[in-house]
Amino acid sequence: METLLAVLVGFYMCASLYLMLSKHTIRLILGIALLSNGVNLLIFTAGRLTPGVPAFVPFDGIVPQDVVANALPQALILTAIVIGFSFFAFLLVLIYRAYQDLGTDNSVEMMLAEPESAVPPKGY
Amino acid sequence: MAGATGVTANIANAFVLAPTPLADWLVVAPLIICLSAGGILIMLRKYIGQHASIALVALALVIAADSLLLWRVLETGPVVMTMGRWLPPFGITFAADLLGVLFALTAAIVAFFGALFAKFDVENTEVQYGFYAFLMMMMAGISGAFLTGDIFNLYVWFEVLLISSFGLLVLGSRYEQLDGAIRYAFLNLIATAIFLATTGYLYGVFGTLNMADISRKAEGLRESAPIMTLAALYFFAFAMKAAAFPLNFWLPASYHTPRSVVSALFAGLLTKVGIYALIRTGFTLFPNELHSYSGAFAIVAALTMLMGALGALAQNDVRKIMAFLVISGIGVMLMGLSLGQPLGLAATIFYALHSMVAMTAIFVLVGLMHRRMGTPHLSEAGGLYEASPLLAAIGLVLILTVAGLPPFSGLWPKVMLVKAGLDVGAFGLVAVLLISAFITSMALARVFLLAFWRPVPNGAHLPVQERSHQSFAMIALIGLTAPLVIFGLYPEPIVQVSLRAAEWLQNPQPYVDAVFPPVGTAVTP
Repeated sequence: METLLAVLVGFYMCASLYLMLSKHTIRLILGIALLSNGVNLLIFTAGRLTPGVPAFVPFDGIVPQDVVANALPQALILTAIVIGFSFFAFLLVLIYRAYQDLGTDNSVEMMLAEPESAVPPKGY
Repeated sequence: MAGATGVTANIANAFVLAPTPLADWLVVAPLIICLSAGGILIMLRKYIGQHASIALVALALVIAADSLLLWRVLETGPVVMTMGRWLPPFGITFAADLLGVLFALTAAIVAFFGALFAKFDVENTEVQYGFYAFLMMMMAGISGAFLTGDIFNLYVWFEVLLISSFGLLVLGSRYEQLDGAIRYAFLNLIATAIFLATTGYLYGVFGTLNMADISRKAEGLRESAPIMTLAALYFFAFAMKAAAFPLNFWLPASYHTPRSVVSALFAGLLTKVGIYALIRTGFTLFPNELHSYSGAFAIVAALTMLMGALGALAQNDVRKIMAFLVISGIGVMLMGLSLGQPLGLAATIFYALHSMVAMTAIFVLVGLMHRRMGTPHLSEAGGLYEASPLLAAIGLVLILTVAGLPPFSGLWPKVMLVKAGLDVGAFGLVAVLLISAFITSMALARVFLLAFWRPVPNGAHLPVQERSHQSFAMIALIGLTAPLVIFGLYPEPIVQVSLRAAEWLQNPQPYVDAVFPPVGTAVTP
């Protein structure tokens, strides 16, 4: 099961890398979304999988019975999902605004912050 | 206390039963102040007249809290508090050691003067969109990153400061800001994704996220676990955050686009969080691995120093010149890390503290120059000396400071670095340091020559300019310049405290002992 998920994480990473090599901001943002989901899955897998075991203490007990699932990776992922989602929302608005204002979603044509023709004076 | 299973549990194994002493709350005080001030500012978003005062009071409180914390750390060693009264490593630990407190205090001082300058620089509409709220949240993220003792928590604080910095970066929504923000956002998100993935691997290997716990377990796992890989991934992610060559391209693409106060705070604070994280992971978590990679660090440091200085020389926009000098400074700090001896590390810490103040000050200066001349471009610049002799005088001081010339505080960390470099025989690195300092002086001298000394190119005079809150801007500029002059003339306190911080880092045992009190000693009541 771990192997399968590890391979899946690899697929996520490859796909996100491929998307992020694009010039178009919409593909970049999809790449970022896949990357953060791949990372979440990675944390889940790295925390070891224990299928069919609860992650909590029985109602009337004070210590868990036998084997328990590790709840910490899930807490970490939950945090990462929330953060990742808020970033995704921000980026989506940002690139949409850039698309409206600049009239392109091609990041090469967007080079407003770094214009080509800036040469400093050669002498005094 | 028997459960249904008949197993007894001893609560004392997991919890601190005594109430947390009031003094320990000091560790989280900077965060509490910043987060509450941010919340209050959002609630009072209609009363924009009060925003600056609220932020300034809050930042003054943060400075006070950080100063008390520094005093306490110097007196008693690292101050530790674990959330929810759990015993480490179960709860999230905050652990303030000398390095973290020094960085947090300097950051708070810089942010205070930044907020003062913002009163002059930021338009009312931008205040209404939440400039000061973003500023306080960013400070929460920065203070949290400097004070936390948990690697996943460090990631969370990175994200807090990142999302607030996005807000600051796009405030105003000019076209080039949108472009700059896209580059900044994507590259920084990739860096944090790598940081998070590495933290996932780290958890898979160590089963803990507490830095002190990792530090004491690393020794036993060194043979069996891929710790070299973990360290490499962390160094990569943090080098990207710190804008080390060749991972620096987001910085000159974005730092010149927002308001000057935003650029000033970014230049002063954000890359230093990356440097802090590099020092923390390099010395507290993976000291042996850092030593193994010191060759790579040396190459990256040399290229970063040279690329930053040469990039600065090639720019026409004054703001971009300074952005490249931020990168060059990162190279200087990396050089200290690569030398692998206390003096080099102390020089890195001193230079980072100096650079926080100096870079903010010079971006504030550039903001004032831009306002006065109406252009940031050197090709059209001129006439500033005639228009404002005071600004020119402060400008000269700051230019000498950033170039690392005496008698200002940029000189001493470089002297320490040269000495440390010569001690270990790293002659190439020392040569690169001196060459890049020379090129930096040239680039900055051109700024002074063209913008201050020469008359306006078309023969006119700069118009007399009256803008409200001009005096706030000058107070902020002088307030930031004063420590650079004072600690340039009398560097001994900073040298001593940096050496002490370096010594603590080289021997992480007291840090580990503060988080996990050794068996046999009573847990601090």
